[in-house]
Amino acid sequence: MVVPSTEPDWLSPSARLWKMRCLEAGVVGALVTLIAGVSVAQIGAPEGFIAAAGALVATGLALRFLRRRFRSWSYQEREEDLVVRRGVAFRRLSVVPYGRMQFVDVTAGPVERLFKLSTIKLHTAAAATDARIPGLERDEAARLRDQLASLGEAKAAGL
Amino acid sequence: MTSPADGTVQWQRLHPLTPVVRAGRIVSVLVVALVVSSGSGHSHSSNSAQVYYLVAVVVVTLLGGIHWLVTKWALDGATLRIETGLLRRDARQLPVARIQAVDVVRPFLARLVGLAELRIRLAGSSSANGRLAYLSDQVATDLRARLLAGHHGIDPDTPVPAEQLVTKVPTGRLIGSVFLSGGVVFLPLVIGVILLVRVSPAAAVVGGSAFLTYAIGFVQDVWRRISSQYGFTVADAPDGIRISRGLLGTVAETIPARRVQAVRLVEPLFWRLFRWCRLEVDVAGAAGREAGGGRTATSTKALLPVGSPDVAQRLIATVIGDVYPTLSPPPSRARYKAPLSFHFLEAGHSDTLVMSVTGRVRRTTVWVPLVKTQSIRRIQGPWQRRLGLATVHLDAAGKRVRAEFRDRSVDEADRLMDELATLSRVARKADEDTRIVPSSLTNWAKPTQSDGTGGGEETPAGWFADPAGRHDVRYWDGSRWAVHVRDQGVAGIDPS
Repeated sequence: MVVPSTEPDWLSPSARLWKMRCLEAGVVGALVTLIAGVSVAQIGAPEGFIAAAGALVATGLALRFLRRRFRSWSYQEREEDLVVRRGVAFRRLSVVPYGRMQFVDVTAGPVERLFKLSTIKLHTAAAATDARIPGLERDEAARLRDQLASLGEAKAAGL
Repeated sequence: MTSPADGTVQWQRLHPLTPVVRAGRIVSVLVVALVVSSGSGHSHSSNSAQVYYLVAVVVVTLLGGIHWLVTKWALDGATLRIETGLLRRDARQLPVARIQAVDVVRPFLARLVGLAELRIRLAGSSSANGRLAYLSDQVATDLRARLLAGHHGIDPDTPVPAEQLVTKVPTGRLIGSVFLSGGVVFLPLVIGVILLVRVSPAAAVVGGSAFLTYAIGFVQDVWRRISSQYGFTVADAPDGIRISRGLLGTVAETIPARRVQAVRLVEPLFWRLFRWCRLEVDVAGAAGREAGGGRTATSTKALLPVGSPDVAQRLIATVIGDVYPTLSPPPSRARYKAPLSFHFLEAGHSDTLVMSVTGRVRRTTVWVPLVKTQSIRRIQGPWQRRLGLATVHLDAAGKRVRAEFRDRSVDEADRLMDELATLSRVARKADEDTRIVPSSLTNWAKPTQSDGTGGGEETPAGWFADPAGRHDVRYWDGSRWAVHVRDQGVAGIDPS
């Protein structure tokens, strides 16, 4: 990473992605806590409380991991290629030349739609290319999609 | 493009035996079923089963006959036209100029009656490919020569340029190599089962049945590999590397060097005892096993199923050039992360090529031309971070087609990310420029005939003064300039 003057900014997913992850983890964590607590409480009340507490701690740890993972996502639109950075334990940095993009997928699941977010995914002829950016606000996703599509068309290269 | 009016196109049919061969596979299965069911009993149910089989045979043959009736093909100047389909007509026009390769495939049944299938692959999507099944051997070979000659812009009656034989895999070595890769597991198993029978016949029943399942699979695999790669012949032709192989059914295919995404040299542990290796290439847009989930098809093809390193070197040189980048090992602390394969890990790159060596048991050397780069990735696991290492992947089209700079120091990995991105961009740019050049062939003025009649009418095909002025004469095929040139009677090829 040299030439800082021409280097475009690193952008990150929307802060709403973090809220979405909180909601997902919260709902799953609450369910697990409830089920663990109730089912273990059949043996005895103290055990039930311990199990519920354990599930809560696990949820907290999961949230901490999700927080770090959320902050690890970032992308950069360089002149010739898109750079995507992600990962906590396994840190990945992908560089995808615009000319190599075959198509761009924009998807939004039910939960993502609730938060007005979408995920953008780049496909190249290589199956291993894993340039995916989750949690983009709709406008940003549309802008990025159009940008990538037009750049891809302009710089398209044959196999 | 000059194309005669529709009425004058000479439509031709496929060989009349086509329906028989097409149906042959299904029919032979049904006939076996028929024989089995008639031999097994005389009950009412088996009689009705026989009727069903007969009906099925008749229907299959009938459908084949209809297909034959409605299928026509014609070579009409610059396009090969194929029309087929009764209810859904499918009229294909394959521009000869865009042909990538023409393969001749002879399945066993077709081969018995002297028929062959022609597969025409075009540049671009794999869905636009053409298939002519079946033609008689003679027609198939003739048509192939005409198509290739037309593609290179020379007189269609020119015979296929001579190919230069590179190597032929001896049958003994092929069988040996197949057994060495599968039999290494198989033999101890056989011995184990024999011992088991000696010790305890009761346990042998359980072990034996499991072994039998495995043995059937093993035999099938051995048969498939030997029959498909029997008589493997590699030849160097002007349009790529030509391969012919097969025991019962034969395949003659051409691998265009331009379409090669990556070259892999695999040296399994036991093969290394004999200094054997296998050479594979990944080809984009080739007919074959699809990879990449419905996107551009990429298939892995054996360029040499088993051979010596010298022959492999020669083939690599033809496909991607013989200038190897200098390789360097990862830093010595990488031994803590990859204790087994550390001694083999090596990677390096030149301005046009990335080369990497990985694997301990199956040593794999990969070459990826930088112009074929699809994406570049840097991955760092937790253990690697502690050691200050990172891995850089260079992906090419296909599934798991990549060169790996495994366990390099972080500084080097960062530098590589920048360098490889820049180099592949430069390579891509240079490649595009050379691709644009042939359009100058169409931009040049039409040749003028010496008697001055070449005015509004099309100038007939022939050799004319090279419009680029670099050669004595260049071929004009009636509608465009060809890449074929001549200097003092010596033929040559100049794409611009």
